[in-house]
Amino acid sequence: MASPIEQFQVKPIIPIINFTNSSLFMLGAAAVIVGGLLYATRKKALVPGRAQSVAEILHDFVANTLTDTTGREGMKFFPFVFSLFMFVLTANLLGMVPGFFTVTSQIVVTFALAFLVIGTVIVYGFVAHGLHFLHLFTPSGVPGWLLPFITVIEIISFLSRPISLSLRLFANMLAGHIALKVFGGFVVSLGTAGIGIALLSPLPLLMAVGLTALEFLVAALQAYVFTVLTCIYLNDALHPGH
Amino acid sequence: MAQAQTTQAGTEAHGGAHAADATFPPFATETFAGQIIWLAITFVLLYTLLSKLVLPRLSGIIENRRALIAKDLDEAAAMKARAEEAGSAYEKALAEAKGRAQALAQETRAKLAAESDAKRKALEADLNKRLAESEATIATKKTQAMSHVRGIAAETATAIVERITGKAPAPQSVEAALDQTQA
Repeated sequence: MASPIEQFQVKPIIPIINFTNSSLFMLGAAAVIVGGLLYATRKKALVPGRAQSVAEILHDFVANTLTDTTGREGMKFFPFVFSLFMFVLTANLLGMVPGFFTVTSQIVVTFALAFLVIGTVIVYGFVAHGLHFLHLFTPSGVPGWLLPFITVIEIISFLSRPISLSLRLFANMLAGHIALKVFGGFVVSLGTAGIGIALLSPLPLLMAVGLTALEFLVAALQAYVFTVLTCIYLNDALHPGH
Repeated sequence: MAQAQTTQAGTEAHGGAHAADATFPPFATETFAGQIIWLAITFVLLYTLLSKLVLPRLSGIIENRRALIAKDLDEAAAMKARAEEAGSAYEKALAEAKGRAQALAQETRAKLAAESDAKRKALEADLNKRLAESEATIATKKTQAMSHVRGIAAETATAIVERITGKAPAPQSVEAALDQTQA
């Protein structure tokens, strides 16, 4: 029996260029996204078929999430947010295939993505608003004596964003996959433990089936949460005065 | 996060659970650099392909449809307005035509009635005239005939008397007898 955390092991495939199973599944996710969307939109049909409907729903879903939070001007970040959402969603869902590597269960990956989001917010914020961007840390309507404390709190909250953003996704994917593996392991352990105990083995199997459904929900939900938070942070870059 | 780099490289050769025991794989720092590089490559690739190729296509499809639907709706609204206009024009024309037809019918009826009235009057007058003429003729004929009756009676009486008596009576006595019968 493999350990429940063996599935997170990064194994080299082409060591010379540091190409690992992680790299493979990142590229795989990108290929699935680009290939799937190109395939879905190949007809450019006025009345969409099934695949094209899915592509359009994904497009409208991300576009609506973005414009609901940031307004029309947020659409300049649409390719970025759409890429993020699709990458996280596809990586999460690919991870649900038995034996596949889950890219988003690597904290370095989720942290890099979160850092990319915060980096975009900071760079765009300063480029678009200059020092006015720092008003983000000094909310209006706060009494003068309270302002230093509030500013410190705002800065800490801002700095903790990439950490919470990355940890949330990482922990969800990690915990889910470990739980699945553990319950899967129980089935085998109970099944091979003897005649009487083997009768109990369907119980963890049922649990594993339920968990699988839950994990699909979590995979989609965490991609959505990541996207919504990205939109909220981008809104700060677009409108730092609030 | 920054855990000490254990003897991962060494244990990795043995693989499996033992390596995992040494360091929790997601915290194995020696994999970070490679993963970040490949993530960067992948994400740049993904972003470029999506923003340059896939999303313009997808947005194009959606925008096209939106524009087409808006255009079709506009056209439908314009057509509806035109149809309504035509409908009201038709109603107006129909009402006008109805009015004209009624006036025409009224006029014709009045004309025809007047004409037939005049004709009837002329006919009646003609008939009355002819009736009067005929009555006058009858009256003259009757008086003529009546004036002959006496002569005929006198002649007949004379002839009868001559036959019976063998000799003609005096015209004065015949006249007297006639006067007597007439009285």
